[in-house]
Amino acid sequence: MNLLRKWKTQILIFLAVVGPGIITANVDNDAGGILTYSQAGAKFGYSLLWTLIPITVALIVVQEMVARMGVVTGKGLADLIREEFGFRMTFFLMLMLLIADLGNTISEFAGLASGMSVLGVSRYLAVPAGAFIVWALVVRGTYRTVEKVFLLACFFYASYPLSAYLAHPSWKLALVNTVKPSFHFDAPYLYMLIGLVGTTIAPWMQFYLQSAVVEKGISPKDYFHSRLDVIVGCILTDVVAFFIILACAVTIFATGPRDVVDPGDAAIALRPLAGQAASWLFAFGLCNASLFSAAILPLATAYYVCEGLGFESGINKKFREAPAFYSLYTALILVGALAVILLREAYQIPIIMLSQVINGILLPFVLIFMLRLANNEELMGAYRNTRFLNVIAWTTCLVVIALTMILVLSTVFPGYFK
Amino acid sequence: MFYLTEILGLPVYDSLGTKAGRIGELAVALGTQPPRVAMLLLEGEKGKVPSAVPLEAMATLTGSEIRLRIPKEEIRPFHPDESLLLLRKDLLDQQIIDVHGRKVVRVNDLTLEQRPWNHHTELLLHEVDIGLRGALHRLLTGAVPKALLRKLEAHLKPAVISWEFVNLIESDPHRRVKLNISHHLLTKLHPADLADIVEELSHKERQAIIAALDDVTAAEALSEVDPRMQVSIVESMDTSRAADIVEEMPPDAAADLLGDLSEETSSELLEDMGQKEAAELGELLEFHEKSAGGLMNTDYVAIPSACDVQTARSLIASNSEFPKSFNMVFLMDEEGKFAGAVTLPKLIFTLPSEKMLGLRSEPMLSVPADAPEQEVVELFDKYNLLSLPVLDPEQRILGVITVDDIVSLLRKKR
Repeated sequence: MNLLRKWKTQILIFLAVVGPGIITANVDNDAGGILTYSQAGAKFGYSLLWTLIPITVALIVVQEMVARMGVVTGKGLADLIREEFGFRMTFFLMLMLLIADLGNTISEFAGLASGMSVLGVSRYLAVPAGAFIVWALVVRGTYRTVEKVFLLACFFYASYPLSAYLAHPSWKLALVNTVKPSFHFDAPYLYMLIGLVGTTIAPWMQFYLQSAVVEKGISPKDYFHSRLDVIVGCILTDVVAFFIILACAVTIFATGPRDVVDPGDAAIALRPLAGQAASWLFAFGLCNASLFSAAILPLATAYYVCEGLGFESGINKKFREAPAFYSLYTALILVGALAVILLREAYQIPIIMLSQVINGILLPFVLIFMLRLANNEELMGAYRNTRFLNVIAWTTCLVVIALTMILVLSTVFPGYFK
Repeated sequence: MFYLTEILGLPVYDSLGTKAGRIGELAVALGTQPPRVAMLLLEGEKGKVPSAVPLEAMATLTGSEIRLRIPKEEIRPFHPDESLLLLRKDLLDQQIIDVHGRKVVRVNDLTLEQRPWNHHTELLLHEVDIGLRGALHRLLTGAVPKALLRKLEAHLKPAVISWEFVNLIESDPHRRVKLNISHHLLTKLHPADLADIVEELSHKERQAIIAALDDVTAAEALSEVDPRMQVSIVESMDTSRAADIVEEMPPDAAADLLGDLSEETSSELLEDMGQKEAAELGELLEFHEKSAGGLMNTDYVAIPSACDVQTARSLIASNSEFPKSFNMVFLMDEEGKFAGAVTLPKLIFTLPSEKMLGLRSEPMLSVPADAPEQEVVELFDKYNLLSLPVLDPEQRILGVITVDDIVSLLRKKR
């Protein structure tokens, strides 16, 4: 009896702690993710594969920092920023993030519309239905069970490695390009690069991860498990990214590099695996990813904005008790859905890409705050950043800022860097 | 009346008119009610210790500047004093407990009042602003002209807490003592509200609050806290304190908690507890969670069945403590077996000379310890019960199940 109980507790602890990282990793592969990676492969072939390793390293560093802060302080990221940097800074940061997250929400609904259009459902039906389902799911509180269903459906991502394998890529070329960097200074390349960073290391995800860690109540003792969970999650995300890029490179780029203009284009990547059914398979995966993220992203945003600005928040509260929280959440969904319904279909995918680039541009700002916090001895005690982590994190910051500036310059003065 | 953020950053001029610096911080002594500002701290240059001026040295305070009565040379560097609360560092943007509103809130701004006293002015801590007005003020101050700002703010309803309802949260126990933070205000809160507040805080802050509470209040609050959090709180406490608290908890809540803890921790706790309590809990733990035995409480009131109402009343009144949810008195015959139950209202409205046996509720309801919880719930519903005794095979009372446990059970099922 005693032995059984002990085992049960051990497994429960592991399961309870295994969670935030893996979930965040799956949410990371949202509509924006799938389409950005597809574009990277379709338009640039193998030449962007080298970015995955540095981006994965940066992702691991950033997410581990955030998880560690959550475990040690027991507070969310927005809370910490408010307490250390004051109201004004927090307000402006929240405003920027709100705009970025609105873009992300629009991109999720755009993904839903895209996917559904492949299945023959008009966006005028799909988007309102999707918005309503997501809103009702969360507000009704049955979200947890649905999370499980969504996660299961994420096995869809396994179709990419399979498809890539069946497409007979030049593995040697792929591997060479994964380690050897090649760099162009033209605007489209930079735009893509920043988008890749932004979709993988999305700012809102850091807030979400820290809150998830805090909610699980992981104590510093159990920290090792959650660290493992975070690292595994990051690697998983980028393995999926690798195969999406590879599959698109082999199937689309090889036959003629072009932009991914509609979901049908991106679905070609799955032809080796699914043949004619490729577009259906792709549509399914895209809709699943979009709905899942559409459920989490606005909610996470509402939570951390309210946290930072000091408004009452919580799904368990009634509207009357947490008006700002519910209004913000509902507004995000409404505006997001409306924007997609009213937008011309041709703009859907470009908007998705743009939202990821905005994520990338905002990342350094959030990173700087995070670095100041994670190095704060009073706050973190013995758990503060090591020099190695700081170097990587600061480098990521500076690189992204540099890329952004070069992008702006290249757009304003085309050909400046030739 | 000044906002703290209006005072911070104000230029300071000495008695001769030379600029001495800018206000970087206000240090407050918490001894008085309301607390008074003890020192003005001037921003030091980077890396240097800030200088401090006692409030008595201040001559005037206006919206645009502060004038001192002493020359610049007399300003001394600041000796860090742990018994002083630093308003910007320790209070602004931090979380505090609003005892009146019974929740955890974040400080947007503070208001201070000037009061003439003894040939100079005093600055007193007046209210804590937790609402939109303070937030707007923080945001726009400096960017928008003062007059316009005040006009905008006038449109917003103030959300403020008077200082007397504020309970500070300080994680460092050493500092807590220095600042003289007592939590006697918290003891006035209902345990369920206190539990809500505790649940909202971070790990360290939670430990800090519970460490500062007395055992009884801590036990009451802990019983109402979410079970998972209960476990993490108890695991982080040292065993002897945890044992003291668990002893004070109602036995059914304590048994549930012990059941959720790791083997190691629960046996350590049982060892540390008083013999009697440990034995009681040990017995309760023997019962299956989802049975009548797992739901019951071993605290109940039982009197001999042959009593009359007057004797019964005095017997009950002679107790110094009562079980939680006390609404029924049990009767025992000479062999100690269950002989019926009498609801308290009957005890109040009947003549003193009446016999207790005549007041018994009919039918005589009870359940065995191994009855499944579903059966218990159905009995409560069918007979509209508030309490139900649990009997052993020889019809002796083991404990009582009260309606609040049934309500929690039903909510969990949804």
